[in-house]
This record gives sequence, structure tokens and C-alpha cells, in this order.
Amino acid sequence: MTPWITLTMAIPAVGALAVAMAPRDNDELAKRIALGFSLAAFVTSLALLAAYDSGSDAVFQLVEDHPWIAQFGIHYKVGVDGIALAMVLLTTFLTPIVVLASWRQASRVKSFFALFLVLETAMVGVFCALDLFLFYVFFEAMLVPMYFLIGVYGGERRVYAAVKFFLYTLLAGLLMLVSILGLYFMSRRQAGAIGAGAEGTFDYERLLHLSISAGTAKVLFLGFFIAFAVKVPVFPFHTWLPDAHTEAPTGGSVVLAAVMLKIGTFGFLRYAIPLFPSAARYFATTMMVLGVVGIIYGSLVAMVQKDVKRLVAYTSVAHLGFIVLGIFAFTRQSGAGGVLYMVNHGLSTGALFLVIGFLYERRHTRLIEEYGGVQSVTPMLAGAFLIAGLSSLALPGLNGFVSEFLVLVGTFARHRVLGVVATLGIVLAALYILIAYQRTMTGPITNDATRQMPDLDLREKVVIAPVLMLILGLGVYPRPVLDLVNPAVDRMLDRVERHEPAPTLDRGTGADATVTIGEG
Amino acid sequence: MALETHAATGIHSLLWLLIALPLAGAATLLLGGRRTNQWGHLLATGIAFATFVLALMSFVKLAGFDEHARGAVDHLFTYLPVGGLEVKADLFLDPLSSAFTLLVTGVGTLVHVYSIGYMEHDAERRRFFAYLNLFLASMLLLVLAANYILVYVGWELVGVSSYLLIGFWSHKHSAATAAKKAFITNRVGDVGLSIAVVTIFVTFGTVAFDEVFANASRLSSGTATAICLLLLLGACAKSAQFPLHVWLPDAMEGPTPASALIHAATMVTAGVYLIARSHPLFEMSQTALNLVTAVGIVTVLIGGVIACVQDDIKKVLAYSTISQIGYMFLAVGMGPGAYPIAVFHLLTHGFFKALMFMGAGSVMHGLHDETDMRRMGALRKAMPITYITFLAGWLAIIGAPPFAGFFSKDQILETAFADGNYLLWVLGLLGAGITAFYMTRLMCMTFWGTSRVDKDVHAHESPSVMTVPLMVLAVLSVVGGAVLNLTPEGSLTHWLEPVFGHSEHAKSGVSPYILSVVTIAVVLVGAYTAKVMYLDRPVERTAPENVTPPVRWARKRLYFDSVYESVLMRPGQYLARALVFFDGRGIDGAVNGAAALVGGTSGRLRRVQTGYVRSYALGVAGGAMLLVAGLVLVAAR
Repeated sequence: MTPWITLTMAIPAVGALAVAMAPRDNDELAKRIALGFSLAAFVTSLALLAAYDSGSDAVFQLVEDHPWIAQFGIHYKVGVDGIALAMVLLTTFLTPIVVLASWRQASRVKSFFALFLVLETAMVGVFCALDLFLFYVFFEAMLVPMYFLIGVYGGERRVYAAVKFFLYTLLAGLLMLVSILGLYFMSRRQAGAIGAGAEGTFDYERLLHLSISAGTAKVLFLGFFIAFAVKVPVFPFHTWLPDAHTEAPTGGSVVLAAVMLKIGTFGFLRYAIPLFPSAARYFATTMMVLGVVGIIYGSLVAMVQKDVKRLVAYTSVAHLGFIVLGIFAFTRQSGAGGVLYMVNHGLSTGALFLVIGFLYERRHTRLIEEYGGVQSVTPMLAGAFLIAGLSSLALPGLNGFVSEFLVLVGTFARHRVLGVVATLGIVLAALYILIAYQRTMTGPITNDATRQMPDLDLREKVVIAPVLMLILGLGVYPRPVLDLVNPAVDRMLDRVERHEPAPTLDRGTGADATVTIGEG
Repeated sequence: MALETHAATGIHSLLWLLIALPLAGAATLLLGGRRTNQWGHLLATGIAFATFVLALMSFVKLAGFDEHARGAVDHLFTYLPVGGLEVKADLFLDPLSSAFTLLVTGVGTLVHVYSIGYMEHDAERRRFFAYLNLFLASMLLLVLAANYILVYVGWELVGVSSYLLIGFWSHKHSAATAAKKAFITNRVGDVGLSIAVVTIFVTFGTVAFDEVFANASRLSSGTATAICLLLLLGACAKSAQFPLHVWLPDAMEGPTPASALIHAATMVTAGVYLIARSHPLFEMSQTALNLVTAVGIVTVLIGGVIACVQDDIKKVLAYSTISQIGYMFLAVGMGPGAYPIAVFHLLTHGFFKALMFMGAGSVMHGLHDETDMRRMGALRKAMPITYITFLAGWLAIIGAPPFAGFFSKDQILETAFADGNYLLWVLGLLGAGITAFYMTRLMCMTFWGTSRVDKDVHAHESPSVMTVPLMVLAVLSVVGGAVLNLTPEGSLTHWLEPVFGHSEHAKSGVSPYILSVVTIAVVLVGAYTAKVMYLDRPVERTAPENVTPPVRWARKRLYFDSVYESVLMRPGQYLARALVFFDGRGIDGAVNGAAALVGGTSGRLRRVQTGYVRSYALGVAGGAMLLVAGLVLVAAR
């Protein structure tokens, strides 16, 4: 059996080495190497998809398991379920795009592209790890390249943003480490029951069998919760995000928004909920309320931003609020919607940051007031902005709608009030996107520099076209992703013992039970 | 007596082309760029005509079926399969959707032809035709959808087409703002529609029309009312009904052919379609039906009153559209017997209002884009074809027999009277009088009287590519009402019976002829008043300032916009700004403050934040050592 997962992880790492060893004065070659390796990783991830059998009953597939640090029961164990596979594909799809989008990077080119490739390895590792120690290593390893990408290659306040990003995530990660160690200690006490050796284990599938008292579960859940809530970010842990997104170079913003934020929600789905189902149920309402607050709060704050990147950053707070809501509403629709949302937000927000990158390269400003009337000068750039924006405001026919609607349907089935409040988000989303589009793209041209802007060149078209095509494709035919994630979502629901509520008409006899508020 | 449906065969299995063809047209024109400038408009027009032929052939085939078997489902693919929610991409042709496809593709084709001339000198004509084709595809999806989620998809896509067309000249600030306003207002309605669709799924476990309607009778009245009121909210936004009508007058910023197609004949009637389509649900809630009627009559009057004081020819027509759709809501809310009448008025209105919008466009074309009626007058001489066709539209909308509007509007008033709802009848009658007033006023100020046209403007008739569509619609406005109402078996009401069921018209003691005479008398009073005020007296070139309070209120659009701005928009902005402050000083301030406390002094904090990577590498290394130390401790036990 070909170790597709290890290959997908290793290729970017090898690529990073190759880039680093490229001749000192040949930046062009370094870029080409980076592009080649990132494309190769995308190809192996497609092979991974082909080898994956979504009809299979196996929870994790294509598992590779090798002992690593024997005395602590640490393994190099990787494998994917449908959710992880979708996230891996998103990562490997976007990395070559980000590499190509950064083609005009002028300073310290080699290390710039090497950092992206290292980051790719770490992100794929986070999604594929089935050993908690391995997971933690990748989780923290991700921070380092992103720290440098923001801190060295970012905007004016890059150092402040990078440090803030680093401290938030590192501190939160340490709390998760405590919880991981807690699980490890328990695995040693219950070694027999869970089939581990006396040295204990970090094996995710074995740790699932631990019997954990309700109180301990809540404490350990909170350790994971803080780590992932900062990463998502869940309101009120979000203030690192606008700074990091805004100051990061275009490629960094794309990767941050499209993939790294999803590591938080992925963490809820993979670790916090299945490991501690009782605690997850206990905290579910809190989580959903935080999600809804994020939707409304993020949208309102986005609406009045003056910096277009910061605006998009706050829309992520709103969108991730939808994902958290979907995950913790614990229905099949909301769960599948939440996972699909993770993919869709990656595409729509990724596309928005790419287009803003195009604007920035032309005018070197992120201030909305500096633009205006761009549509009449560069119609293609404006068109790409509009499609990405419409995807972000969940226009039916584009990808964002499917996931947002599923989250709302699933949430509403159990929690009427939260569902209704979240639905208000669709008006706010239209406001922040259309305000941004109007102020930058329409109206009379207010700045002479705008008149000189060229429209998209071939490289930029190649960068944005695949993302827009997926935005359209998944909007019309979302089924491939849904078929991939549905079984994994169902397993998560089994784990928390929550099942789909029956239609209200069929619950009683005769006339339906009138709409009730709260739990169904 | 449910309608039997069966899988689509023959031409019906090509229904998807109705959506795919215009979509492909839009894609070709948008992606093809300037290369398609030469022939793009012809391709788009050809596609529109092809959809009309397809709609016509589908209609003929449908008519060939036994009456109760006129339902064909074209299954395309499964759109959303998640747990109990399985949404299929199914298209559904029945007498109701067939009537709509004919209206949409028929008027659509005429508008395409007309636009070839109207947009000839616009450098971006190709993009305009791309949006028109996109609209066709979206609107046809809306009316052919076989479940609520697909309807919602079409619903929002017509919204985005409308957004693109209103903002077509987006270099103008006013156009961009109007486009945004239209989309946002519609999104407010969409909140209602989304929650309605979600509630339907949660209640029925499905969103497919046939399954929902088959179980509609099991609904409790509370749930039925909730669903229907939410649907009504969506319908009010899309159809520009009180209190969400404010976006439509601003939408006149778009090119006039778009206004004719989208903001008069088709898209804005989608709300009526939605309610008529959902009639089994509405029948479970008399409250909801009553509210539909109330919204309708209030809108009839609001739209009519504001139309009376507008000087911009397109704005008069816009408020007139709002008012006329009010009549459709009024009808559809009156229950089973009146559904076909609502659809009847929707079709005739589609003819004459599209005609008048395009006539207004022809006037603007001849007067260098002048829209102020105070700078028009006596255009009957310079623009004879536009004048004659507009005359047909005028007679149709005021309800002069035997023009189209006479039949449809008369039936609405007659039904209100027969139901014993005399207040509704009186108010509807008042609306008819107001309609006659503002439309006659428009005729006086535009085509009759003396010319007030600027001296350097030489009014001229439009080319035949624009006047031929006018003539076609004029013929429909003259005979459309009579043809659709010719014999009981050949009538629209009979055609729609498989959808709405058969119901006898309620009969009142008063002969319908007497009611018609009363209506005509009121119409004559309205028209005569307008003649006295705007034909017998000279019209000033600027609007007079010393006017009575009601005129002042009507000029201020009855203050809806101002109230929304001060009650919703301003507080919303303040709230958002307050949250930004809270975000920076509150949350971030607390975090920085906590960090400062931990660090002892803020000076030390600053040192931490100077950001030497070494110290953070040290931090990571420290964390890793902590981890290893922990493990060693455990291993040592």
C-alpha cells in the first residue's frame, strides 16, 4: 500500500529543503521549485482521495502506524476520515495557488516560499495525526512558519500582529498540552481496559475508550476548548485575528483564513467532542450562544471597518460563528453544514484575500476610501471580487449558501431562537459585502491612480480561476463533499448520543405539535 | 382532486434547457469579453427566443394531457443529501408554472429585442445582455422549481440579477446605492423566506411541493400561520409591497428595458407566485390570508397616492407597479375562488406595464434621456407609434372596456363585493379612481397638451427594433384580457383549475354589470380630474412649491424612507461603531491589561512585544521541555 498521507506530508517538507538549497541568486528557480512541489503534494492528495472509500465502515482509512518514542507509547500514526480528507484537499489545493499568487514577492524570496511549504506539511500533519502527541507537535509547529510570515513579510504593524498571534496560540496550546497529558496519565491507569501497554498511549482511537468521570471530562474539555476557541476564533478570543490577517502578506492571510482557522473547528470535531461527549453536551448551549454572538458581532464590526482586509477578517469571525453553531447544534444537517462551511469559507474568504492582494499590488493601500470606481477600470478584477463576495454572503447557486442553509436548518430543528437570531446574519452579510463592493468598485473614480490600474494578467487569472470554479461547482453540486463528510458527522453524533429530530407533523397524532422553543 | 404528476417525457424532459441555455448565454458573454461585442446581443436575443419556443412547445404538450394529469416533473440530480433532508434538483411544469414560463420568456424576448436598439450606443451593451440572460435563467428556475429550496435559489438569483441591472451604470453613485438598497431590502424578506423554508422542513420533514401540500391539511393553525406570515414577509420584499416597497422606485436607476422586464412584468410578481403556489398552506390560516389582503389594499393606496405627485415618468410607473401588485395580493388573499384572478391580473399587468415602461424608454430615447414629465408634452406628434401603443397601455391599466385591465381588475373588485367585503370593495374602487388619475396625468403631461421640451432637443420616434415590441405588447394589452376570458372552457381560470381546484364564484345579489358601471364611473371621475388639472391648465416646468400638505407628504414618499433611516440605519451604525470601540478598548484592552499584570509592569510587556524571535523560540523550547519533563516524571513512577 502506498503511504499517500506520508507522501503528501513529506513532499512539501522536501520541497522546502530544495528551495532552501537553491542557488543564492536564483529566486526564479526557487519559486518554480516551490510551485512544483506544492503541485506534487496536490497530486498525491488526489491519489489519497482516490484510495479513500467513502462507502467503507472503517472510521479511519489509509492508516499508517509506526512506533516512535516507545517508552511513552508515542506512535507516528496517521489516517483520515471524510472530514480530515476534505481539509487536506483544501490545504493542498490552496497551497500552489498561494505560491503562484506570491510570485512577485521581492525580498527574501527563498525563505518565504520555504516557510509556506513547511507550513503545508504541518497543516496536513495536524489533519492526519491519529496520535495526540503527534498532533500537538504539528499544532505547535504550524505557529513557527506563520509567525515568520507575518513578522518578517507583513505590513507596517507586522511585529505587533505576529507576537500577538504567537502568544495567543502558544498559551492556548499549552493548556491543551495539559489536557493531553491528563489523558495520557489516565491511559496508564486504564491501560488494560483500553488495550494499551503499561507505558500508556497517545493513540487517539484507544483514548476514545477511556472512562472519564464527568467532572474530569469538563476540565479536560476546557483545555482543548481554549486551544481551539482561540484558533477558530470564538468570540471573545478573536482579537488576535484582525491584526494577524491584516498584517500578513496575501498568501499568509489566505492560508490563515482558509485553513488555519479550520484547525480550531476541526479540533472540536475530532478531539474535544468525541473524547468528552458528556462535557460537549454540557457546554453545547454555551458554545452555540458564543457562535451566534460571533455571527452578529463579527458582522456588525466588519460593516464599519475602513481597512478592507480588516473587514474581511471580521467576516471570518461571523462565518466561523456559523460553523461553531452548526457543530454544537448536534444535528446531521447542522453538522454536515458546519463541515461543508469549513471548506466553503476557505474558498470564499481565500478568494477575497487573493483579490484584495491583487488590489494591494496595484495601489499599495488597504484603505477602502482610497478606492472607488475600480469596476470601470478593471472589470475582471471587480467581477472576481463580486463572485467571491456573493459566495461569502451565501448567495444560492454558490457554495456558501449550501453550508449556511444546512447549519440554519439543523440548528432550527432543535433551537428555534438561536436559529432565528443566526438567520439575521444573512442581512448583515449582505450589508458588509455590498458596502465593501460599492465603496471600492462602483461609483465615480475618486483617485487618479485608480485610472492606471491594469486588469488581471494571465498569472492572476490562473490564480483566481480554480477557486472561483470550485465556488460555482460546489454551489450547484455540493454532493461530493457531503457524501465525504456525512458518515463522519453521523459518527460524531452517535458519540454524543444526539439524533435527528423527527418532523413535528409525525411526532404526535393528528395535528402537529405547535412550534416549541428550545430543545425538541 | 390533487393534480397527478408524472415523469417528464419528450419536450418536457428538455425543461432544464430553459435554465441552461440563458445561463450558457450569460457565461459566454461575460467570459468572452470584448470579443463577443459584435454578436453578443444577437446571441442573447436568440437564446431568449429559443426559450420562448421551448416554453410554447412545453405548453402545447401540457395542454394535450388530460386535465388532471397536467403535471410533469423533470428530475435532474440530487442537490442536498443530508440525513432526512434530501433536496432534489427537480423542475415541475404544471398549468401555473407553464403560464409563468410563457410570460417570462415572451416578455423576455421582446425586452431583448427592444434592448438591441435601446442600448445600441452603450459601450457595455454586451454586459447588459449577459445580465438579461442571467435573469431569464434565474426567473425560470424560480417558477419551475419543484421544492421550496430550489425556489429560494431562483428567488435569490433573480435578486442578484436585479442588483446587477439596477447598478448597471454603477459609475453613478445613485445607481450603485439603489442596487444595494434593493438587495438589502430583499434580504430582509429573505430572512422571512428562509425561516419559512426551514420551518416547513422541520414540520413536514421535506421541502418538496407535492409532499408538503399533500400533508398541509394536518397542520395546526398556529404553525400554518407562522409559515405563511414568514412566506408573506419574503413575498412583500420581492414584490415591493408595504412595508418593504421602498426599494422599487429607486430601482428605476437601472436601464429602462430592465425595469420593464424585472421591475414590472416578471420578478416583482414572484411574491404573488409564491403565495399562489403555496395556497394549500395559506388555506390552513385565515389569519394569513386576511393579512395578505390587508397588505394588498394598503399597498394599492400607498402606491397610487405617491404615484399622483411624481414628475419622473419612470417613478410614476414604478409606484403604479407597486399599486397594481397590491391588487394581485388583494386578490390572492381572498381565497380559492380568487387565485386565478390574481394570476389573470398578473398576466395582463405584465403586458401593459412592460409596454408602458418600454414606451417610457422610447420617450427617453427620443428626448436624450429626459425623464421629467414637466419637460415633455405634446409628444403624440413627434412619436406617433410610441403614443398609440402607450395609449393602449393607458386604456388597459385604467380598466377601460374591453382592454386587458378591464377584465382582470373588474373581477378582483367583483369578487371583493361578492364576498360581502364592502370595505375592501370601496377601497379597491378608490384605488381604481386613483389609478385613472395618475395615469391620465401621465398622458396629459407626456403626450398631450403643449410641448415643454427644451429647445435644443428634437424629439424623434425610436427605430423599429424598439417600436415593434411595443406594437406586439400593445396588441396583447388590447385583446389579452378578452382572449384569456373568452369562454368558460377557454379561460385562464379553467386552465388553472387543476392547480387551484374548481370553485364557483360567489354570487352577490347585484349584477356584475352594475358593478362594472360603478367602476367605470369612478375611473371616469379620476381621469376627468386629471384632465382638468393637467390638460386644461398649463403645466409648469418646475414643480410648484406652494402645495397642500397631502401633496407634500406624498412627495416625501409618505416618509417611509426617512423613518427607516432614522429607526434602523442610524442606530445600526451607532451600534456597530460602539462595538468597534468595545472590541479595541474592551476585549483587547482587557487582554493587554491582563498581560501587563502578569508581566508586572507595562514596560516589561513592551519588551515582550518588541518581538525578538529568540525569546519566542525560547518559549517554545520551554514548552517542549515542560512536556518532556512531564513525561519523564510519569515514566519514572
